[in-house]
Amino acid sequence: MNIHEYQAKDILKRYGVRIQEGIVADTPDKAVEVARELNIKTGTKWFVVKAQIHAGGRGKGGGVKLAKNYEDVREKSGQILGMQLVTHQTGPEGKKVHKVLISEDVYYPGASEPKEFYLAILMDRTKGCNVIMASTEGGMDIEEVAAHSPEKIIKEWIDPRVGLQGFQARKIAFALGLEGDAFKEMVKFVSSLYKAYIDTDASQFEINPVLKTSDNKILAVDAKVNLDDNALFRHPDLAEMRDILEEDPLEVEAGHFNLNYVKLDGNIGCMVNGAGLAMATMDLIKLSGGEPANFLDVGGGANAKTVEAGFRIILKDPNVKAILINIFGGIVRCDRVATGIVEAYKAIGNIPVPIVVRLQGTNAEEGAKIIDESGLQVHSAVQLKDAADRLKDVLKGV
Amino acid sequence: MSVLVNKDSRIIVQGFTGSEGTFHAQQMIEYGTQVVGGVTPGKGGQKHLDRPVFNTVADAVRETGADVSIIFVPPAFAADAIMEAADAGVKVIVTITEGIPVKDMIAVKEYLKNKSVRLIGPNCPGVITADECKVGIMPGFIFKKGTIGLVSKSGTLTYEAVDQLTKAGLGQTTAIGIGGDPIIGTTTREAVELLMNDPETEAIVMIGEIGGGMEAEAAYWIKENGNKKPVVGFIAGQTAPKGRRMGHAGAIVGGADDTAEAKMRIMRECGLYVAESPAVIGETMVKALEDFKAKA
Repeated sequence: MNIHEYQAKDILKRYGVRIQEGIVADTPDKAVEVARELNIKTGTKWFVVKAQIHAGGRGKGGGVKLAKNYEDVREKSGQILGMQLVTHQTGPEGKKVHKVLISEDVYYPGASEPKEFYLAILMDRTKGCNVIMASTEGGMDIEEVAAHSPEKIIKEWIDPRVGLQGFQARKIAFALGLEGDAFKEMVKFVSSLYKAYIDTDASQFEINPVLKTSDNKILAVDAKVNLDDNALFRHPDLAEMRDILEEDPLEVEAGHFNLNYVKLDGNIGCMVNGAGLAMATMDLIKLSGGEPANFLDVGGGANAKTVEAGFRIILKDPNVKAILINIFGGIVRCDRVATGIVEAYKAIGNIPVPIVVRLQGTNAEEGAKIIDESGLQVHSAVQLKDAADRLKDVLKGV
Repeated sequence: MSVLVNKDSRIIVQGFTGSEGTFHAQQMIEYGTQVVGGVTPGKGGQKHLDRPVFNTVADAVRETGADVSIIFVPPAFAADAIMEAADAGVKVIVTITEGIPVKDMIAVKEYLKNKSVRLIGPNCPGVITADECKVGIMPGFIFKKGTIGLVSKSGTLTYEAVDQLTKAGLGQTTAIGIGGDPIIGTTTREAVELLMNDPETEAIVMIGEIGGGMEAEAAYWIKENGNKKPVVGFIAGQTAPKGRRMGHAGAIVGGADDTAEAKMRIMRECGLYVAESPAVIGETMVKALEDFKAKA
């Protein structure tokens, strides 16, 4: 689960990780109000207005602006709130901004130059343990750094038996070229950050940039936190941070029916049991000359109710020109699934696009018979190859 | 021969009396699997499906001589169940449970290190040796005894592949569902190695998906070990967008190396027979066997 920057910073602060202070607001008036509050709390005279959406690259898209007085805070907040923010991670349609984080200015001049770093914690699948990644190239896209100067990325793998050790935190701080107070601050920063990561069952922390201020403090200017969905049951407080406005409404609706749905850009909808077979079915659509409009796993219980919900969700996408249903009946019987499809079809009344139904496995022939005799405008298939051919025929008419 | 489980395997079910455990234990028994009992803490001493229920895995192992366990315990308690089975001396632990937190699995992996135990899964359909022993949730009737071994991250996609093989006249030795989570007990490479070393297995189907580097690791291993048996590979998720999780917790494209395209290219470079479409896995195996014979 993704959360917003302001929520991520709240978590970090709880664990003693120093952050760029800020207060969230959802109207320009409120933004000015919290800016005054922030001024009292931190003494900051300038403010950074930051759009809160679940995507990176906000600055380049015009979602992060500096305000030098309260009127300026009102104006910049007014520009950002409600805008459709487009970044390289949002897709061309962008994401609507509902909240801004009014933050203190941390790039103030002082005894030394401010310097930005990169820090992330994530799970290394190959090694089966967590890894801390750090780089002196703060503020840059880490993938770019990895591509052009991989030697600038420092990695420390964490032994799960003992957790992060002091020498590892020191190694990172030294490798980032720090000394004196800044060095000590960084060691504490890394240690606290790791504790927060472990305690919250996070699957990824990305702090970019981590800033060394002109007075040698180390703090998180931005924070991307991704939490392990499977572990949310033991963190009800974190589960409440979910922001449904950030999710695709069709994906949210599918979730209510226990359907695993991901919206894509293609023209052929699909409904499949099992995640692997669903991905393979999407590939089959592509190989047949179409483009998948979605990923949809109906799971083990493909019945009339779930099939109907699946149909309704797929049909809400106006790009869908045909639907392919691919069920491999193991425990679930194909004749039952076929009856479910017919019932769902009738319940919806009119499905305006052609449908190819492929049922294989337990009672596959009986299932195909039910579909063929239903009188519905449905093409049935038993072999996956036949389904691909039926789909090719259908695509000719699209 | 076969790998992991056979007609002599003695299986206990953890989470025996729950609805999932009950249903699938019944199905396993009907397939001819030797289910010798089950474990549900607090229900020790009862009978379920005509078999004894024990409070602990240690009790079950002592009383029944079980060497294999299958776990249907809910995600919050599954890691504990796996470690209990390992502690009791079970040799093969098959974990069906989906949705175990990653942090728990990191701890489990660490706990199992240096113990002579093999964990299959979690989030997998299990393991089946055709006509002998089913330790999982797969439909038994699609399998036919033969010489093809399978390794797969996915359930229904495995059934699809098995069905195509059976229809092409190719039976199976053992099918190993390794699971779709980011951290799993047995990797693709380890499962392939088991089948490579099995004298009864003549060829292998290896089904992977986007995310992680396990298929590439397996492909390199196959090449380094001299491509001793023909291996047909398929990777699901050629059309999956970057950064979106496709159902399985581990099925997410992070970088350029864990796309379906990259994995298929590596498999080809390592001398595997790549099925471009999920509809031609059986067909590709038929061709692979002919080609392999011609080259020998």
